[in-house]
Amino acid sequence: MTIVSASSGVEVGGVILEAQGLVLSFGETPALRGANLSVERGEVLAVMGPSGSGKSTLLYCLAGILVPDAGVVRFDGRRLDDQSEKERSKLRRDRFGFVFQFGQLVPELTAEENVALPLLLGGTPRAEALTVARGWFERLGLEGMECHRTGEMSGGQAQRVALARGLVAQPDVLFADEPTGSLDSLNGEVVMDLLTRAARDQGTTVIIVTHEARVAAYADREVVVRDGLVTSTASATR
Amino acid sequence: MALLGLLDREPSHGYDLKRDYDTFFGRGRPLPYGQVYATLARLARDGKAVTGETEPGAGPDRKRYSITESGKDEIETWLSEPVPAEPYLQTDLFVKVVLSLMLDRPAEPYLDAQRAAHLRRMRELTELKQRGDLVDALLADHGLFHIEADLRWIDITEARLTALADEVRS
Repeated sequence: MTIVSASSGVEVGGVILEAQGLVLSFGETPALRGANLSVERGEVLAVMGPSGSGKSTLLYCLAGILVPDAGVVRFDGRRLDDQSEKERSKLRRDRFGFVFQFGQLVPELTAEENVALPLLLGGTPRAEALTVARGWFERLGLEGMECHRTGEMSGGQAQRVALARGLVAQPDVLFADEPTGSLDSLNGEVVMDLLTRAARDQGTTVIIVTHEARVAAYADREVVVRDGLVTSTASATR
Repeated sequence: MALLGLLDREPSHGYDLKRDYDTFFGRGRPLPYGQVYATLARLARDGKAVTGETEPGAGPDRKRYSITESGKDEIETWLSEPVPAEPYLQTDLFVKVVLSLMLDRPAEPYLDAQRAAHLRRMRELTELKQRGDLVDALLADHGLFHIEADLRWIDITEARLTALADEVRS
């Protein structure tokens, strides 16, 4: 079922990403033991669980970074797990955005160039990409930092730049792995607030891996991964 | 004590105190007028507040109250005193887990359901925080941190259930 939101005009509803029976081991160590998950378009989903439960591995399988030993991943109705690395790489560049625990900005580039990176890689002309990138700075409370480099920004500012980079190309899905893990409570709150607002505004589906309940509380729903299985879900109505 | 504190700003009528109390501290539970005037009468009796000249008109709001030196001292002391820390976890939560194990029932389903309920409340508070002003955010944060403490207890208890079961059944 596909519904168009009256408030934002973006498509919401309908399954965008699906995992069935995912199994993946690292050597002798099983990380996923038959994980199932279904994510709705436009949904903000928190994936919780203790360290070593397999939650990040699940995220990387859903994002086409890791390929499961068994099981199926479908994105937008199409199998992702049997695609070549080249195809998955293109998919990640064109349709997905990423935010990691440590911003992982390119230190040689300015903040605005970092934000523009996904657009540049996607073939957008430089001037246009930078114009779009600059538009994000005011939105994220980073006015005046456009030409700063990583070393000239605080952890919270760098993470907001990384967030802008993750969302600038208007991806279908934003994957966030412990996006506030390196931040103090207040900066973590700011990042989560901006992340969920911006994603909801543009209809981006978000999957956040976190072990923090306060971060998960920004999501519409959470699932808990335990011993390589998705064990419980609790949904909310927004 | 909150009313006495509000009175420390400036002499006020009961109505003004109630309005400010409801705005900042009431959070959906407005203070009944009866309680406002009973409290003010008690503060006056105890020498913490005095009434000024009775103003013309009808009703209890003819009186304007002022704080006394003794009242100011009390507020000063109260504001600097820490509230006793409450290290006691929600008793029901603890009893349910231990009883389940004693009765040879699995405690995980209860803990999972409790986690989901706690997270649901955290989502509500987070929404309130995102929609509201700074005072709302401050109150929501207080609730969020407390619920989070319970959640941590739920997580660590879940990880220790086998050992706990051995202990309570022995």
